[in-house]
Amino acid sequence: MMIKLLGWRLAQAVFVVLAVGLLTWFLVQALPGDMAWRIASGRYGYDRVDASAVARVQQELSGSLQQGSALLHWLYDLLQFNFGRSLVSGEPVMDELRWQLSQTLALAGTSLLLTILLTLPLGIWAGCHANGKLDRALFWLSALLKSVPHFALGMLLIVLLALQLDWLPSAGHGELRHFLLPSLTLALSLTAVGVRVVREATYQVVTSGYYRWGAQKGLAPATRLRRHGVRNLASPVLTWFGMQFVWLVEGVVVVETLFAWPGMGHALVHAIFARDVPVIQASAMALGLLFVLLNMLVDAGCYLLDPRGARA
Amino acid sequence: MKSMKNLLIAAALGLASYASMAAEHQDKPVRIAAPFEIKGTDPALSGDILLRMDVVETLVEVNERAEPIPALAQSWQVSADGLNWQITLRDNVRFHDGSPLDAAAVVKSLNTARSKAGLLDKTPITAISGEGLRVTITLREPFTPLLSVLAESRSQILALASWDAQGNITRIIGSGPFILTSFQPPQSLAVKRFDDYWGEKPAIKAASYLSSGRAETRALLAESGDADYVFNLDAASRQRLARKPSLQLPSIPVPRTLMLKVNPGDTLLAEQPVREAISLAIDRNALAMAVLRYPGAASQLFPPNMGEWHNSALQPLQYNPQQATRQLQAAGWKMGADGVLARNGQRFSVTLLTFPDRPELPLMAMVIQQQLRKVGIEVKINSTNASEIPAQHHSNRLQLALFSRNFALTPDPTGTLLQDYAEKGGDWGAMNWHSAGFSTALHTLTQSTDAAERAQARNLITASLQQDLPVIPLAWYQQSAAINSKLKNVTLDPFERHFGLRHMEWEQ
Repeated sequence: MMIKLLGWRLAQAVFVVLAVGLLTWFLVQALPGDMAWRIASGRYGYDRVDASAVARVQQELSGSLQQGSALLHWLYDLLQFNFGRSLVSGEPVMDELRWQLSQTLALAGTSLLLTILLTLPLGIWAGCHANGKLDRALFWLSALLKSVPHFALGMLLIVLLALQLDWLPSAGHGELRHFLLPSLTLALSLTAVGVRVVREATYQVVTSGYYRWGAQKGLAPATRLRRHGVRNLASPVLTWFGMQFVWLVEGVVVVETLFAWPGMGHALVHAIFARDVPVIQASAMALGLLFVLLNMLVDAGCYLLDPRGARA
Repeated sequence: MKSMKNLLIAAALGLASYASMAAEHQDKPVRIAAPFEIKGTDPALSGDILLRMDVVETLVEVNERAEPIPALAQSWQVSADGLNWQITLRDNVRFHDGSPLDAAAVVKSLNTARSKAGLLDKTPITAISGEGLRVTITLREPFTPLLSVLAESRSQILALASWDAQGNITRIIGSGPFILTSFQPPQSLAVKRFDDYWGEKPAIKAASYLSSGRAETRALLAESGDADYVFNLDAASRQRLARKPSLQLPSIPVPRTLMLKVNPGDTLLAEQPVREAISLAIDRNALAMAVLRYPGAASQLFPPNMGEWHNSALQPLQYNPQQATRQLQAAGWKMGADGVLARNGQRFSVTLLTFPDRPELPLMAMVIQQQLRKVGIEVKINSTNASEIPAQHHSNRLQLALFSRNFALTPDPTGTLLQDYAEKGGDWGAMNWHSAGFSTALHTLTQSTDAAERAQARNLITASLQQDLPVIPLAWYQQSAAINSKLKNVTLDPFERHFGLRHMEWEQ
């Protein structure tokens, strides 16, 4: 069963590589505006771009980016993860990607950790004490937090924690303390929804027959939660957390720009503006594969938590 | 929970790599934040940042009057026909790798710059050669702004070890007073003092650079004390930061002009009186005060800080909507029922292109839209990628474009004008416009060394731009920065070449 599951995910990974590769190729071609102009403007900036710079870019492009047979050649390179050099910076794409991906993963990881630390205690408490004061307060608070865009939330946090209280640096990277504000921005938005998910899962469990029976046989609330609650509510919560990665990447784009963070979201947006095809492809592919990998890990996690699926 | 673990491990690895970078410098580094993104090691891409940070140097520097002064070049001589430049290099210069400055490094650096898009590739150079400490530049025709082009950031001089076997620049080995200690595109780099520097040694020991594209973020960095020198502030932040005693907020006029590019090839905009009417309909004072929040209304293309290029004899551009209406009526335009002018069944509706990279531009476009609407001109704003403006220039679809142009790409604006106002026009200048004697005058400026002849050519150029309005000047810019009050000897460079690291000092 497990082997079959992994095999299916592996097939998905291959599909993702091909689909993302082909889609980015065609979509970038279909984007409005002349590609050579966009690339040249990405390279030299708006003060310095001119027709002669564009002519040079066009010359380079005609060698490397032609439709038809070039597409096959390019697919062959792609399957070996050979993305070539960035059209804007001229640096090898893999070098750039490695650095940016590590930065983004570090940020996303810290955010997820913070989210877990915030979500689980609050959500479980709220689920165990449904319609209590905390539960109702959380309902409104999470609606409020979720409706504030990342950009505004980040600014609010900077104003509060960096300017008013002077606890944290407002932006930048390079030190441990630079992690906190951007990851808190992401974590708060995630927690807004996460708390509701955990609360719902907990509520389902604590109102179920088997859980009430636990009370009847005289288990103390804490023991009852540990024995009959945690594992049952873990499965939907883990699935939800796994799915949040996609959302994190979306949030990261804005947050990275706001906090001057050298990550992949920021780089991807710039690459799209500048029509830097190799960078777009490599980033999209890395994200696609990460998504498959995470799904695989979530599947495996759920399988371990709830082996009933295997027996069925 | 395995997926979490995986991420946490990645996070921990990221954190560990940071910790090792942290406590490298003992003395307080000057932390600089500016909007320019570091793109890579190629001087054609990010050479300006390396020059600003005093990592690399050029053969020629400029003084405050934009005159060339010796830097890596100790002296220079031009042959009588103007075709042969002999440059003598300073003999006590060492690069950051210890190798001495010689003609080989200069020839390689300049030839690399020539092979890329830039200004040097548009200079009529036939050959650059040299031996020992002498470099010879041979020209096809005289080109007086040569020194200005050699002072540009892309003409920076690197040590020979900067190139790899394939001829790509993979390391930056300059000769400036600061040496690179970390280089992390696109966001940051760090430098420390170079002890074998040939010139006066700087007081500060180290500095770092952070690229931050958002003006709000930069202002917050200054406000929270996380950056000591924040370059380029938006108007609203500048007003807010002015109240903080921990900051000094210098600002200087810079040779950058906000302008409206007009396509006289378009049937709506072909007549001079119509272009003049557009100019008359724009209230420049209101525009500058509302968006830039300082009095920056442009009375002509070149601001007063451009010395001899500012022509005080010109009749200043005025705001006079009544006169604008009269001129439009005289040109046959009548007010339609929808409040938009019409002539022979055609409405006066134009598209204005601009881009949000400079945050003030879309705001200005909206103010212009309202002001022109009052005289019956409908403006549709298209805020898009900056490259769309030159692209539509070449496809001849452009009608109006709003942008700001830096005339100090080279210290002498002739180089920029040659690009923008040549016979066929230029991407960031005139379009479908030709004026008698204009090109000849520009040519004179590249060839002649006679002061009277040059002054006459400049007067002709400024007068015909003011008369014909191929571009409508709107505002002159000021550059501003927010600087830690404890940092002394900080000056803003009107040519935007340096942050001034070599002169800065921490207050004792």
